[in-house]
Amino acid sequence: MGRAKLPRKSTNIDMTAMCDVAFLLLSFFILATKQKPPEAVAVIPPTSVSSKAAPEKSILITLTKEGKCFLILGDETKKKEVLKDINTTKGLGLSDAELTKLNKLGFIGTPLGQLKSILALEQMPTADKLLGIPIKDSTDNEMVDWIRSITNAYAGGDQKELEEKLLIKGDNLSKYPAFKNIKYALKKNNLFKFRIVTNSETVPNGSELYIKNKELLEKK
Amino acid sequence: MAEMDTSSGGGHKKGPGVKKSKKMSTRVDLTPMVDLGFLLITFFVFTTTMSKPTAMNMNEPKDDPDQQLKVKQSGAMTILLGKGDQVYYYLGELTAENASQQFKSTNFKDIRTFILDKKKSTPIGDLMYIIKSDKDATFKNAIDILDEMAINDVPPGHYAEVDMSPTEEQLIALTEQANGIK
Repeated sequence: MGRAKLPRKSTNIDMTAMCDVAFLLLSFFILATKQKPPEAVAVIPPTSVSSKAAPEKSILITLTKEGKCFLILGDETKKKEVLKDINTTKGLGLSDAELTKLNKLGFIGTPLGQLKSILALEQMPTADKLLGIPIKDSTDNEMVDWIRSITNAYAGGDQKELEEKLLIKGDNLSKYPAFKNIKYALKKNNLFKFRIVTNSETVPNGSELYIKNKELLEKK
Repeated sequence: MAEMDTSSGGGHKKGPGVKKSKKMSTRVDLTPMVDLGFLLITFFVFTTTMSKPTAMNMNEPKDDPDQQLKVKQSGAMTILLGKGDQVYYYLGELTAENASQQFKSTNFKDIRTFILDKKKSTPIGDLMYIIKSDKDATFKNAIDILDEMAINDVPPGHYAEVDMSPTEEQLIALTEQANGIK
């Protein structure tokens, strides 16, 4: 019995389609990933088990490991109002042009008294060369003034809206008293609710929260 | 697909002087290109961190001297944060005579069991954790301990951050000296 002869087929596969798919996926991933906005001040926040995402348009108070404090007004709609308010309440004497310049800056990190001279500079110094907003103690705390202007700008609106936006981001190594002084500035302006930016962390296995979350899931 | 028709069109007769050019296949092997494509995809997929920053809620109490919270001694546990990621704690109220026995030092790893023990042994109505941070404690410490409260499912309102008293500062300084923490 002779075996049926199988016709020999070429093993050459047309790779074009696969190539198309690969590059389509590649371009999709590149375009779909959102670039992290450049951070003016680099800090490494601590981790927490909280799973709520941080809002994007926020009023961010950043605390670096050297204890310097920076303010980033991310809500463009109210930014100008905040700056105008602090200009009048603290008598900074900034002109309209200077205010516009200040408005364009990504972050604020100078004592109020130096604001005018910094704005006169051609090029903004980088964050590490700035002094930060003074938050030494309860008497020497310009954060109080900034927060007051912020609350003024948001006045009339929903208090909750402001609370949702208030974020504190601190470096792992920054000292506790600096954080306490920021809290003081917020409390002084009757803001008792705020959020702390953290990196997410998984809930440890077997902990109370882990058990609770599991029960909640099972109920569903 | 990946080839082109290179045959000189429609059987034109060429002149006698024109050499017949060799027919070359334009079929390109696309395998390396596919390899490269997938390599790039895997690279991008692995290098992009999916970490979105999360936010932890904080509720600060109003500083109202008339509305000070009374805490039962039996239900209170004071957690003190010190230098070099050290944690100290004591139960109830610190008394002058047995402060040294009450005052215990631990670390962030072990504090969870102590928090849990206290939570289990105390009626929930009396339970109160008082958190005090030293001037040498870091921001990370302060957040970690609050996170520890969340991990142990301590209901909000049963823990609070309070300023440290001079006695406690002294005790921490003494313990740090004894344990050689810099």
